[in-house]
Amino acid sequence: MSQVIAKASNNTLGFLVTNAGVLSLVQDSGRYGAFNLGLTNGGPADSLAFYWANRLCGNELNSTAIEINLGGLQLTAQVDCVIAVTGAPMALTINGQQKSLWQSFSVKAGDNICLGYAPVGVRCYLAVAGGFVIKENFGSTSTVCRESVGGLNGEKLAVNDVLPCQVIAKSGNKLIQLMLPEREQPQYANEVLLHTVLSYQQQHFSAIEKRLLFANEYHVSKHWDRMGYRLQGRAIKPDIKGILSEGICYGAVQVPADGQPIVLLNDRQTIGGYPKIGAVISQDCAKLAQLREGDSVRFEPISMSKADNIFHLNLNRFNQTQLISL
Amino acid sequence: MSTHISDSIRLEVAGENALILYFSDHEKTTAVITPEISSQVQQAEQLIRQHLSAEIVDVIPSYASILVVFSLLEIDHHHLRNKLKKLLKQCDSKSGNQGLLIELPVYYSLESGIDLARIAKHAKLSVEQVIALHQAQEYRVYAIGFAPGFAYLGEVDERIAMPRLATPRLKVPKGAVAIADRQTAVYPAESPGGWNILGLCPVDMFNPQAEPIMSVAVGDRVKFVAIDKQQYVKLGGKLP
Repeated sequence: MSQVIAKASNNTLGFLVTNAGVLSLVQDSGRYGAFNLGLTNGGPADSLAFYWANRLCGNELNSTAIEINLGGLQLTAQVDCVIAVTGAPMALTINGQQKSLWQSFSVKAGDNICLGYAPVGVRCYLAVAGGFVIKENFGSTSTVCRESVGGLNGEKLAVNDVLPCQVIAKSGNKLIQLMLPEREQPQYANEVLLHTVLSYQQQHFSAIEKRLLFANEYHVSKHWDRMGYRLQGRAIKPDIKGILSEGICYGAVQVPADGQPIVLLNDRQTIGGYPKIGAVISQDCAKLAQLREGDSVRFEPISMSKADNIFHLNLNRFNQTQLISL
Repeated sequence: MSTHISDSIRLEVAGENALILYFSDHEKTTAVITPEISSQVQQAEQLIRQHLSAEIVDVIPSYASILVVFSLLEIDHHHLRNKLKKLLKQCDSKSGNQGLLIELPVYYSLESGIDLARIAKHAKLSVEQVIALHQAQEYRVYAIGFAPGFAYLGEVDERIAMPRLATPRLKVPKGAVAIADRQTAVYPAESPGGWNILGLCPVDMFNPQAEPIMSVAVGDRVKFVAIDKQQYVKLGGKLP
């Protein structure tokens, strides 16, 4: 282990990837203002879990963390630091010892951090106090593999990658450890209600087609990823085939010719020509992104004002929640 | 006759924090592709970027629309709607920005343009005529999207318009110059794609290390100029 923790120059040491898992990605809160180059947003698929991970580490909310998709990531710490893992309940161990999610704790140089696989939910977030120090690409560290942008060389993590982190000045050898109260910890399930603002080409879907969408249950098909979730269920049909390509917002519900809705997420294409019936609100996009094939969703219409209320209530709740000092 | 442009702009909801502006002809209600509408889009985009930078997170201009993504911490959709309406009154039909004229060299050949023969057959023209028609037009950059640096150019001469491949190719080479319906584009990087390939362009359409990063911007005009294999290689072009 000695060579792992050898040279102690700033910003070159951090965490060594010993097993990259299925799909582990460097993410900050996303890439904005680069649509004019055709670059998508990226960013954490479950932003709530991501923000909690940073808050538990005492970080700025935009700090760079790792998104672990499905699981299997193993890291060796090269420095003493504080970390927190949030999101889907993947089994977390440090040197073989079981640890809890939704709290921060200190790790020492040489410690092995392992993530298993979650029985429910698909993504979790590992943050480090001070954040990972990754060079920004177009204003963000978020990895979008399809675009070869962000992260370390635009790619998912691989064995032997080193993720440098901020070396924290220790004041009196005391590192603060925090925990999110249990009642505030998100619970992950196999079904999610998707509140949807009717928008875009909604006038091209008849009242009957809209009712079909809102009355029926849909299942996550085998095509689900950070770009979008293709659903399966009662087909709905607009009275138009296509539209002039236009900008696609986060959560947009696109309906291609087969009538099966696709909810477009973080890594979506920025413009497209399929009709869209509406857009799922951000709170529910994050929940959707924790589902996997076979899980179920329902759509429910929501007004813009109600959507706005939910956003601000959630934000307020996030800001007001006091973390417990351990 | 003093109908104002802002009267032909429709403002709709897109999502929780996004509105979309639709631009149309006064006579037509459905969106069409015209240079006039495109220059209105461009003008409106610039106004939004200049005057609403505090409230706006991102904008996506396209053929006849602008998606406006805003920060819910800064403004709500009611206020933004009002601000946009007021702002768009400043749009006028006169000050259409011509954009830059950019020449892009293309090595057209049966070797580099694997669909050229098929396009010619479909159009009942010779390969030479197809190549000439593709160069005859000055194209406008209508939108950028799909992939980093992918610019949608229009409109291609009707005679060489060509539907997308029924089954997209898994690999289209970097620099491929291609046609889909009446649109044409240069693939900025190797990617899957269903457009019909006429040739290869040696110019980097998207280079994060270069300044500017992209060779074209929305509103610019593009002209394709034929080069031979030797010039193509000299300009850094590679054959797949």
